[in-house]
Amino acid sequence: MSEKQEMIKVDKLNKSFGDLHVLKDIDMTVTESDVVVLIGASGSGKSTLLRCLNFLEMKNSGKIIIEGEQVEKDTHNLNEIRQRVGMVFQHFNLFPHKTVLGNVIEAPTQVKGLQKEQAILEGKRLLDKVGLADKYNVYPSTLSGGQKQRVAIARALAMKPDVMLFDEPTSALDPELVGEVLTTMKELAEEGMTMVVVTHEMGFAREVGDWVNYMHDGRIVESGKPNDLFDNPKEERTQAFLSSIL
Amino acid sequence: MESLLHFFDVFISSFDVFIDGLWITFKLSVASLIIAFIIGLFFAILKISNIKILEWIADAYIWIVRGTPLIVQIFILFYGLTDILLIPMFWAGVAGLAFHSGAYIAEIIRGAIQSIDKGQREAGSSLGMSKGLTMRRIILPQAFRRAVPSLGNQFIIGIKDSSLVSFIGMQDLFGVASTMGANSFDYLPYFFTVAVYYLLIVLVLTLAVNKIEKKLAASD
Ligand SMILES: Nc1ncnc2c1ncn2[C@@H]1O[C@H](COP(=O)(O)OP(=O)(O)O)[C@@H](O)[C@H]1O
Ligand SMILES: [Mg+2]
Repeated sequence: MSEKQEMIKVDKLNKSFGDLHVLKDIDMTVTESDVVVLIGASGSGKSTLLRCLNFLEMKNSGKIIIEGEQVEKDTHNLNEIRQRVGMVFQHFNLFPHKTVLGNVIEAPTQVKGLQKEQAILEGKRLLDKVGLADKYNVYPSTLSGGQKQRVAIARALAMKPDVMLFDEPTSALDPELVGEVLTTMKELAEEGMTMVVVTHEMGFAREVGDWVNYMHDGRIVESGKPNDLFDNPKEERTQAFLSSIL
Repeated sequence: MESLLHFFDVFISSFDVFIDGLWITFKLSVASLIIAFIIGLFFAILKISNIKILEWIADAYIWIVRGTPLIVQIFILFYGLTDILLIPMFWAGVAGLAFHSGAYIAEIIRGAIQSIDKGQREAGSSLGMSKGLTMRRIILPQAFRRAVPSLGNQFIIGIKDSSLVSFIGMQDLFGVASTMGANSFDYLPYFFTVAVYYLLIVLVLTLAVNKIEKKLAASD
Protein backbone atom coordinates (compact mmCIF):
# COMPACT_ATOMS: atom_id res chain seq x y z
CA MET A 1 0.00 0.00 0.00
CA SER A 2 1.45 3.33 -0.99
CA GLU A 3 1.78 5.87 1.77
CA LYS A 4 -0.27 9.03 1.28
CA GLN A 5 1.80 12.16 0.85
CA GLU A 6 1.96 14.90 3.46
CA MET A 7 0.73 17.95 1.54
CA ILE A 8 1.17 20.48 4.31
CA LYS A 9 3.10 20.14 7.51
CA VAL A 10 3.14 22.87 10.12
CA ASP A 11 5.58 22.68 12.98
CA LYS A 12 5.56 25.01 16.01
CA LEU A 13 4.19 27.87 13.97
CA ASN A 14 4.03 31.24 15.73
CA LYS A 15 2.67 34.46 14.39
CA SER A 16 2.29 37.86 16.04
CA PHE A 17 0.89 41.16 14.90
CA GLY A 18 2.96 43.60 16.92
CA ASP A 19 2.37 42.64 20.54
CA LEU A 20 -0.59 40.45 19.69
CA HIS A 21 0.45 36.81 19.71
CA VAL A 22 -2.11 35.30 17.33
CA LEU A 23 -0.79 31.81 16.56
CA LYS A 24 0.91 29.83 19.31
CA ASP A 25 2.96 26.72 18.55
CA ILE A 26 0.62 25.39 15.91
CA ASP A 27 1.33 21.83 14.76
CA MET A 28 -0.74 20.49 11.94
CA THR A 29 -0.49 17.96 9.16
CA VAL A 30 -2.64 17.82 6.07
CA THR A 31 -2.48 14.55 4.21
CA GLU A 32 -3.22 14.07 0.52
CA SER A 33 -6.96 13.91 -0.29
CA ASP A 34 -7.94 14.78 3.26
CA VAL A 35 -10.36 17.49 4.25
CA VAL A 36 -9.17 19.23 7.40
CA VAL A 37 -11.70 21.50 9.05
CA LEU A 38 -10.75 24.38 11.34
CA ILE A 39 -13.35 25.53 13.81
CA GLY A 40 -13.21 28.00 16.65
CA ALA A 41 -14.56 31.28 17.88
CA SER A 42 -14.06 34.50 15.98
CA GLY A 43 -10.61 35.91 16.69
CA SER A 44 -9.09 32.54 17.59
CA GLY A 45 -6.66 32.75 14.67
CA LYS A 46 -8.24 30.54 12.01
CA SER A 47 -7.89 33.03 9.17
CA THR A 48 -4.36 33.92 10.18
CA LEU A 49 -3.38 30.25 10.13
CA LEU A 50 -4.87 29.80 6.66
CA ARG A 51 -3.21 32.99 5.43
CA CYS A 52 0.15 31.77 6.73
CA LEU A 53 -0.30 28.58 4.72
CA ASN A 54 -0.65 30.68 1.58
CA PHE A 55 2.02 33.18 2.68
CA LEU A 56 -0.34 36.13 2.65
CA GLU A 57 0.99 36.50 6.19
CA MET A 58 4.55 35.62 7.06
CA LYS A 59 5.15 33.52 10.14
CA ASN A 60 7.43 34.67 12.95
CA SER A 61 8.80 31.24 13.78
CA GLY A 62 8.26 27.56 13.17
CA LYS A 63 8.16 25.58 9.97
CA ILE A 64 5.72 25.43 7.10
CA ILE A 65 6.42 22.61 4.69
CA ILE A 66 4.44 22.45 1.47
CA GLU A 67 4.75 19.15 -0.37
CA GLY A 68 8.07 18.47 1.26
CA GLU A 69 9.49 21.92 0.62
CA GLN A 70 10.18 24.14 3.61
CA VAL A 71 9.08 27.66 2.77
CA GLU A 72 10.55 30.85 4.19
CA LYS A 73 9.69 34.42 3.28
CA ASP A 74 12.76 34.72 1.07
CA THR A 75 12.07 31.42 -0.70
CA HIS A 76 12.73 32.32 -4.31
CA ASN A 77 9.87 30.32 -5.82
CA LEU A 78 7.19 31.59 -3.42
CA ASN A 79 4.82 32.49 -6.25
CA GLU A 80 5.30 29.07 -7.80
CA ILE A 81 4.46 27.42 -4.46
CA ARG A 82 1.39 29.63 -4.10
CA GLN A 83 0.14 28.32 -7.43
CA ARG A 84 -0.08 24.90 -5.87
CA VAL A 85 -2.14 26.16 -2.95
CA GLY A 86 -5.45 27.66 -4.02
CA MET A 87 -7.37 30.00 -1.77
CA VAL A 88 -11.05 30.89 -1.53
CA PHE A 89 -11.91 33.97 0.49
CA GLN A 90 -14.93 34.85 2.59
CA HIS A 91 -15.62 37.89 0.43
CA PHE A 92 -14.85 36.19 -2.91
CA ASN A 93 -12.35 38.86 -4.06
CA LEU A 94 -13.30 38.36 -7.69
CA PHE A 95 -11.77 40.80 -10.18
CA PRO A 96 -14.69 43.17 -10.86
CA HIS A 97 -13.23 44.52 -14.13
CA LYS A 98 -13.09 41.08 -15.70
CA THR A 99 -15.85 38.78 -16.83
CA VAL A 100 -16.47 35.48 -15.09
CA LEU A 101 -14.40 33.66 -17.70
CA GLY A 102 -11.82 36.47 -17.59
CA ASN A 103 -11.43 35.88 -13.86
CA VAL A 104 -10.87 32.19 -14.39
CA ILE A 105 -8.32 32.43 -17.22
CA GLU A 106 -6.35 35.36 -15.78
CA ALA A 107 -3.76 33.45 -13.78
CA PRO A 108 -3.37 30.45 -16.13
CA THR A 109 -2.61 32.78 -19.06
CA GLN A 110 -0.61 35.40 -17.20
CA VAL A 111 1.28 33.24 -14.74
CA LYS A 112 1.55 29.85 -16.43
CA GLY A 113 1.65 31.24 -19.94
CA LEU A 114 -1.14 28.96 -21.08
CA GLN A 115 -2.47 29.69 -24.59
CA LYS A 116 -5.66 31.71 -24.38
CA GLU A 117 -7.73 29.21 -26.38
CA GLN A 118 -6.58 26.40 -24.14
CA ALA A 119 -7.28 28.45 -20.99
CA ILE A 120 -10.76 29.31 -22.23
CA LEU A 121 -11.49 25.68 -22.94
CA GLU A 122 -10.42 24.63 -19.45
CA GLY A 123 -12.04 27.66 -17.86
CA LYS A 124 -15.37 26.80 -19.43
CA ARG A 125 -15.05 23.22 -18.29
CA LEU A 126 -14.48 24.41 -14.69
CA LEU A 127 -17.38 26.85 -14.85
CA ASP A 128 -19.61 24.08 -16.19
CA LYS A 129 -18.49 21.95 -13.31
CA VAL A 130 -19.49 24.54 -10.69
CA GLY A 131 -22.82 25.04 -12.46
CA LEU A 132 -22.17 28.37 -14.17
CA ALA A 133 -22.24 27.36 -17.82
CA ASP A 134 -24.58 30.25 -18.63
CA LYS A 135 -22.43 32.93 -16.99
CA TYR A 136 -19.15 32.92 -18.94
CA ASN A 137 -19.37 36.46 -20.22
CA VAL A 138 -21.13 38.36 -17.46
CA TYR A 139 -19.38 40.56 -14.91
CA PRO A 140 -19.21 39.44 -11.27
CA SER A 141 -21.39 42.32 -10.07
CA THR A 142 -24.39 40.70 -11.76
CA LEU A 143 -24.01 37.45 -9.82
CA SER A 144 -25.48 36.29 -6.51
CA GLY A 145 -23.12 35.62 -3.62
CA GLY A 146 -23.33 31.89 -4.14
CA GLN A 147 -22.50 32.25 -7.83
CA LYS A 148 -19.60 34.57 -7.03
CA GLN A 149 -18.15 32.07 -4.62
CA ARG A 150 -18.42 29.29 -7.18
CA VAL A 151 -16.58 31.48 -9.70
CA ALA A 152 -13.91 32.03 -7.06
CA ILE A 153 -13.60 28.27 -6.61
CA ALA A 154 -13.32 27.76 -10.38
CA ARG A 155 -10.73 30.54 -10.56
CA ALA A 156 -8.58 28.86 -7.92
CA LEU A 157 -9.00 25.42 -9.54
CA ALA A 158 -7.86 26.82 -12.88
CA MET A 159 -4.31 26.87 -11.53
CA LYS A 160 -4.61 23.14 -10.87
CA PRO A 161 -3.63 23.44 -7.21
CA ASP A 162 -2.74 20.42 -5.11
CA VAL A 163 -4.39 21.90 -2.03
CA MET A 164 -7.34 24.26 -1.61
CA LEU A 165 -7.78 26.58 1.36
CA PHE A 166 -11.25 27.91 2.18
CA ASP A 167 -11.70 30.75 4.67
CA GLU A 168 -15.34 30.79 5.74
CA PRO A 169 -16.50 30.48 2.14
CA THR A 170 -20.19 30.63 3.05
CA SER A 171 -20.16 33.18 5.87
CA ALA A 172 -20.94 36.13 3.63
CA LEU A 173 -23.81 34.37 1.88
CA ASP A 174 -27.55 34.58 2.36
CA PRO A 175 -28.66 31.35 4.05
CA GLU A 176 -30.45 30.05 0.97
CA LEU A 177 -27.22 30.28 -1.06
CA VAL A 178 -24.99 28.37 1.36
CA GLY A 179 -26.03 24.95 0.08
CA GLU A 180 -24.90 25.42 -3.52
CA VAL A 181 -21.39 26.36 -2.42
CA LEU A 182 -21.12 23.53 0.09
CA THR A 183 -22.29 21.11 -2.61
CA THR A 184 -19.52 22.31 -4.92
CA MET A 185 -16.98 21.88 -2.14
CA LYS A 186 -18.28 18.43 -1.32
CA GLU A 187 -17.93 17.34 -4.95
CA LEU A 188 -14.40 18.65 -4.94
CA ALA A 189 -13.60 16.66 -1.81
CA GLU A 190 -15.09 13.54 -3.38
CA GLU A 191 -12.78 13.95 -6.35
CA GLY A 192 -9.90 13.70 -3.92
CA MET A 193 -8.89 17.34 -3.54
CA THR A 194 -6.88 18.05 -0.43
CA MET A 195 -8.67 20.82 1.46
CA VAL A 196 -8.31 22.96 4.56
CA VAL A 197 -11.63 24.56 5.42
CA VAL A 198 -12.46 27.18 8.03
CA THR A 199 -16.20 26.99 8.54
CA HIS A 200 -19.05 27.26 10.98
CA GLU A 201 -21.06 24.71 8.99
CA MET A 202 -20.90 21.81 11.40
CA GLY A 203 -23.01 19.60 9.15
CA PHE A 204 -20.44 20.00 6.39
CA ALA A 205 -17.57 19.44 8.81
CA ARG A 206 -19.11 16.20 10.02
CA GLU A 207 -20.09 14.89 6.62
CA VAL A 208 -17.12 15.93 4.48
CA GLY A 209 -14.33 16.47 6.99
CA ASP A 210 -11.75 13.80 7.68
CA TRP A 211 -10.22 15.67 10.56
CA VAL A 212 -11.31 18.60 12.71
CA ASN A 213 -9.08 21.04 14.59
CA TYR A 214 -10.64 23.19 17.24
CA MET A 215 -8.78 26.48 17.73
CA HIS A 216 -8.96 28.62 20.82
CA ASP A 217 -6.90 31.72 21.48
CA GLY A 218 -4.23 30.92 18.90
CA ARG A 219 -3.81 27.25 19.75
CA ILE A 220 -5.20 24.04 18.37
CA VAL A 221 -6.59 22.76 21.66
CA GLU A 222 -8.29 19.65 20.37
CA SER A 223 -8.33 17.69 17.15
CA GLY A 224 -9.86 14.47 16.04
CA LYS A 225 -12.17 12.70 13.63
CA PRO A 226 -15.36 14.72 13.20
CA ASN A 227 -17.64 12.24 14.93
CA ASP A 228 -15.30 11.86 17.88
CA LEU A 229 -14.73 15.56 18.33
CA PHE A 230 -18.33 16.58 17.89
CA ASP A 231 -19.88 13.77 19.94
CA ASN A 232 -17.23 13.34 22.62
CA PRO A 233 -15.19 16.51 22.95
CA LYS A 234 -12.56 15.96 25.60
CA GLU A 235 -11.62 19.54 26.33
CA GLU A 236 -13.92 21.74 28.32
CA ARG A 237 -13.31 24.65 25.96
CA THR A 238 -14.33 22.51 22.99
CA GLN A 239 -17.50 21.46 24.78
CA ALA A 240 -18.30 25.07 25.62
CA PHE A 241 -17.70 26.17 22.01
CA LEU A 242 -19.78 23.37 20.53
CA SER A 243 -22.69 23.95 22.85
CA SER A 244 -22.53 27.68 22.09
CA ILE A 245 -23.00 27.17 18.37
CA LEU A 246 -25.37 24.22 18.24
CA MET B 1 -26.39 95.99 -28.24
CA GLU B 2 -23.74 97.92 -30.02
CA SER B 3 -20.99 96.24 -28.00
CA LEU B 4 -22.52 92.80 -28.44
CA LEU B 5 -22.41 93.24 -32.19
CA HIS B 6 -18.83 94.44 -31.89
CA PHE B 7 -17.96 91.29 -29.91
CA PHE B 8 -19.45 89.08 -32.62
CA ASP B 9 -17.57 91.04 -35.19
CA VAL B 10 -14.28 90.48 -33.37
CA PHE B 11 -15.13 86.83 -32.73
CA ILE B 12 -15.68 86.14 -36.42
CA SER B 13 -12.93 88.30 -37.87
CA SER B 14 -10.32 86.89 -35.50
CA PHE B 15 -11.26 83.30 -36.25
CA ASP B 16 -8.20 82.55 -38.39
CA VAL B 17 -5.74 83.78 -35.83
CA PHE B 18 -7.46 82.05 -32.93
CA ILE B 19 -7.49 78.77 -34.82
CA ASP B 20 -3.69 78.97 -34.88
CA GLY B 21 -3.72 79.65 -31.14
CA LEU B 22 -6.20 76.84 -30.58
CA TRP B 23 -3.91 74.45 -32.42
CA ILE B 24 -0.98 75.42 -30.20
CA THR B 25 -3.12 75.10 -27.06
CA PHE B 26 -4.27 71.70 -28.29
CA LYS B 27 -0.77 70.39 -29.00
CA LEU B 28 0.53 71.84 -25.77
CA SER B 29 -2.27 70.32 -23.71
CA VAL B 30 -2.14 66.89 -25.28
CA ALA B 31 1.64 66.64 -25.03
CA SER B 32 1.83 67.99 -21.50
CA LEU B 33 -1.02 65.83 -20.19
CA ILE B 34 0.37 62.64 -21.71
CA ILE B 35 3.75 63.36 -20.15
CA ALA B 36 2.11 64.46 -16.89
CA PHE B 37 0.22 61.18 -16.79
CA ILE B 38 3.43 59.18 -17.17
CA ILE B 39 5.16 61.32 -14.53
CA GLY B 40 2.11 60.98 -12.28
CA LEU B 41 1.98 57.20 -12.62
CA PHE B 42 5.70 56.99 -11.93
CA PHE B 43 5.57 59.07 -8.74
CA ALA B 44 2.36 57.37 -7.58
CA ILE B 45 4.20 54.05 -7.73
CA LEU B 46 7.18 55.55 -5.89
CA LYS B 47 4.81 56.71 -3.17
CA ILE B 48 3.33 53.28 -2.61
CA SER B 49 6.63 51.44 -3.06
CA ASN B 50 7.19 51.05 0.70
CA ILE B 51 10.78 52.08 0.05
CA LYS B 52 11.51 55.09 2.20
CA ILE B 53 13.93 56.89 -0.09
CA LEU B 54 11.63 56.55 -3.09
CA GLU B 55 8.71 57.84 -1.04
CA TRP B 56 10.80 60.84 0.01
CA ILE B 57 11.67 61.62 -3.59
CA ALA B 58 7.98 61.57 -4.52
CA ASP B 59 7.07 63.67 -1.48
CA ALA B 60 9.74 66.24 -2.35
CA TYR B 61 8.50 66.54 -5.92
CA ILE B 62 4.89 66.98 -4.84
CA TRP B 63 5.92 69.46 -2.15
CA ILE B 64 7.83 71.60 -4.65
CA VAL B 65 4.96 71.65 -7.14
CA ARG B 66 2.39 72.44 -4.49
CA GLY B 67 4.58 75.01 -2.78
CA THR B 68 5.36 77.22 -5.76
CA PRO B 69 3.14 79.09 -8.23
CA LEU B 70 2.78 77.47 -11.62
CA ILE B 71 4.00 80.64 -13.31
CA VAL B 72 7.26 80.40 -11.35
CA GLN B 73 7.68 76.76 -12.38
CA ILE B 74 7.07 77.68 -16.02
CA PHE B 75 9.60 80.51 -15.92
CA ILE B 76 12.29 78.45 -14.21
CA LEU B 77 11.85 75.56 -16.61
CA PHE B 78 11.60 77.92 -19.57
CA TYR B 79 14.82 79.79 -18.85
CA GLY B 80 16.56 76.67 -17.60
CA LEU B 81 15.66 74.57 -20.60
CA THR B 82 15.84 77.11 -23.42
CA ASP B 83 18.92 79.06 -22.23
CA ILE B 84 20.99 76.27 -20.77
CA LEU B 85 19.84 73.17 -22.61
CA LEU B 86 18.72 74.92 -25.81
CA ILE B 87 15.42 73.11 -25.87
CA PRO B 88 12.78 74.69 -28.15
CA MET B 89 10.22 76.96 -26.52
CA PHE B 90 7.28 74.66 -27.23
CA TRP B 91 8.88 71.77 -25.35
CA ALA B 92 9.93 74.04 -22.50
CA GLY B 93 6.27 75.02 -22.16
CA VAL B 94 5.23 71.37 -22.28
CA ALA B 95 7.81 70.56 -19.61
CA GLY B 96 6.57 73.31 -17.29
CA LEU B 97 2.95 72.23 -17.57
CA ALA B 98 3.71 68.51 -17.32
CA PHE B 99 5.96 69.05 -14.30
CA HIS B 100 3.07 70.79 -12.60
CA SER B 101 0.13 68.53 -13.51
CA GLY B 102 2.25 65.43 -12.87
CA ALA B 103 2.22 66.05 -9.13
CA TYR B 104 -1.55 66.35 -8.95
CA ILE B 105 -2.02 63.31 -11.19
CA ALA B 106 0.40 61.37 -8.97
CA GLU B 107 -1.78 62.10 -5.96
CA ILE B 108 -4.95 61.14 -7.84
CA ILE B 109 -3.50 57.83 -9.01
CA ARG B 110 -1.98 57.03 -5.63
CA GLY B 111 -5.33 57.65 -3.95
CA ALA B 112 -7.12 55.48 -6.49
CA ILE B 113 -4.62 52.63 -6.09
CA GLN B 114 -4.92 52.74 -2.31
CA SER B 115 -8.71 52.76 -2.53
CA ILE B 116 -8.73 49.33 -4.18
CA ASP B 117 -9.69 46.64 -1.68
CA LYS B 118 -6.65 44.74 -0.41
CA GLY B 119 -8.52 41.52 -1.12
CA GLN B 120 -7.78 42.16 -4.81
CA ARG B 121 -4.05 42.06 -4.19
CA GLU B 122 -4.44 38.98 -2.02
CA ALA B 123 -6.49 37.22 -4.68
CA GLY B 124 -3.70 37.90 -7.17
CA SER B 125 -1.01 36.66 -4.79
CA SER B 126 -2.98 33.55 -3.91
CA LEU B 127 -3.10 32.67 -7.60
CA GLY B 128 0.66 32.91 -7.80
CA MET B 129 0.72 36.28 -9.53
CA SER B 130 3.78 38.41 -8.74
CA LYS B 131 3.37 41.84 -7.17
CA GLY B 132 4.14 43.58 -10.44
CA LEU B 133 1.74 41.44 -12.43
CA THR B 134 -1.01 41.97 -9.87
CA MET B 135 -0.41 45.71 -9.99
CA ARG B 136 -0.50 45.82 -13.79
CA ARG B 137 -3.36 43.42 -14.45
CA ILE B 138 -5.58 43.75 -11.38
CA ILE B 139 -4.97 46.94 -9.40
CA LEU B 140 -4.14 49.59 -12.01
CA PRO B 141 -7.07 48.88 -14.36
CA GLN B 142 -9.46 49.26 -11.45
CA ALA B 143 -7.64 52.30 -10.09
CA PHE B 144 -7.76 54.07 -13.48
CA ARG B 145 -11.50 53.49 -13.74
CA ARG B 146 -11.97 54.91 -10.30
CA ALA B 147 -9.74 57.87 -11.14
CA VAL B 148 -11.50 58.85 -14.37
CA PRO B 149 -13.61 61.68 -12.87
CA SER B 150 -10.66 63.19 -10.97
CA LEU B 151 -8.30 62.75 -13.90
CA GLY B 152 -10.82 64.41 -16.21
CA ASN B 153 -11.05 67.28 -13.79
CA GLN B 154 -7.27 67.57 -13.61
CA PHE B 155 -7.04 67.52 -17.42
CA ILE B 156 -9.50 70.42 -17.59
CA ILE B 157 -7.42 72.36 -15.07
CA GLY B 158 -4.33 71.52 -17.12
CA ILE B 159 -5.84 72.92 -20.30
CA LYS B 160 -6.82 76.15 -18.61
CA ASP B 161 -3.44 76.42 -16.90
CA SER B 162 -1.75 76.09 -20.28
CA SER B 163 -2.75 79.72 -20.89
CA LEU B 164 0.17 80.72 -18.67
CA VAL B 165 2.68 79.78 -21.38
CA SER B 166 1.71 83.00 -23.12
CA PHE B 167 3.94 84.69 -20.53
CA ILE B 168 6.97 82.96 -22.00
CA GLY B 169 5.90 84.28 -25.38
CA MET B 170 3.93 81.40 -26.82
CA GLN B 171 1.04 82.26 -29.11
CA ASP B 172 -1.49 79.87 -27.65
CA LEU B 173 -5.17 80.87 -27.36
CA PHE B 174 -4.51 83.26 -24.54
CA GLY B 175 -1.32 84.55 -26.17
CA VAL B 176 -3.29 85.37 -29.30
CA ALA B 177 -5.94 87.20 -27.29
CA SER B 178 -3.31 89.24 -25.43
CA THR B 179 -1.47 90.18 -28.60
CA MET B 180 -4.60 91.09 -30.55
CA GLY B 181 -5.94 93.07 -27.62
CA ALA B 182 -2.70 94.96 -27.19
CA ASN B 183 -2.37 95.70 -30.89
CA SER B 184 -5.89 97.12 -31.17
CA PHE B 185 -6.16 98.67 -27.68
CA ASP B 186 -9.50 96.84 -27.66
CA TYR B 187 -8.91 94.19 -25.00
CA LEU B 188 -12.33 93.20 -23.80
CA PRO B 189 -13.81 91.64 -26.97
CA TYR B 190 -10.67 89.53 -27.45
CA PHE B 191 -10.72 88.24 -23.90
CA PHE B 192 -14.42 87.45 -24.24
CA THR B 193 -13.61 85.62 -27.43
CA VAL B 194 -10.87 83.57 -25.81
CA ALA B 195 -13.18 82.78 -22.89
CA VAL B 196 -15.66 81.29 -25.35
CA TYR B 197 -12.95 79.08 -26.84
CA TYR B 198 -11.94 77.76 -23.42
CA LEU B 199 -15.57 77.18 -22.47
CA LEU B 200 -16.13 75.14 -25.61
CA ILE B 201 -13.01 73.04 -25.04
CA VAL B 202 -14.01 72.35 -21.46
CA LEU B 203 -17.56 71.52 -22.52
CA VAL B 204 -16.35 68.96 -25.06
CA LEU B 205 -13.98 67.41 -22.56
CA THR B 206 -16.63 67.26 -19.83
CA LEU B 207 -19.03 65.48 -22.16
CA ALA B 208 -16.32 63.04 -23.14
CA VAL B 209 -15.45 62.26 -19.51
CA ASN B 210 -19.13 61.77 -18.66
CA LYS B 211 -19.48 59.38 -21.55
CA ILE B 212 -16.45 57.36 -20.44
CA GLU B 213 -17.79 57.25 -16.88
CA LYS B 214 -21.14 55.94 -18.10
CA LYS B 215 -19.46 53.31 -20.19
CA LEU B 216 -17.31 52.13 -17.28
CA ALA B 217 -20.28 52.12 -14.93
CA ALA B 218 -22.12 49.86 -17.36
CA SER B 219 -19.40 47.22 -17.25
CA ASP B 220 -19.20 47.27 -13.45
N1 LIG C 1 -3.41 42.14 9.90
C1 LIG C 1 -3.67 42.12 11.23
N2 LIG C 1 -3.12 43.04 12.04
C2 LIG C 1 -3.36 43.02 13.37
N3 LIG C 1 -4.10 42.10 14.00
C3 LIG C 1 -4.67 41.14 13.24
C4 LIG C 1 -4.48 41.10 11.82
N4 LIG C 1 -5.17 40.05 11.33
C5 LIG C 1 -5.76 39.45 12.40
N5 LIG C 1 -5.46 40.10 13.53
C6 LIG C 1 -5.89 39.72 14.88
O1 LIG C 1 -5.51 38.38 15.08
C7 LIG C 1 -6.49 37.69 15.81
C8 LIG C 1 -6.93 36.47 15.04
O2 LIG C 1 -7.63 36.89 13.89
P1 LIG C 1 -8.16 35.89 12.79
O3 LIG C 1 -7.06 35.00 12.37
O4 LIG C 1 -8.81 36.70 11.76
O5 LIG C 1 -9.22 35.04 13.61
P2 LIG C 1 -10.45 34.20 13.08
O6 LIG C 1 -10.30 34.00 11.60
O7 LIG C 1 -10.38 32.94 13.85
O8 LIG C 1 -11.67 34.98 13.40
C9 LIG C 1 -7.60 38.69 16.08
O9 LIG C 1 -7.41 39.21 17.38
C10 LIG C 1 -7.39 39.74 15.05
O10 LIG C 1 -7.84 40.97 15.50
MG1 LIG D 1 -11.57 34.58 10.04
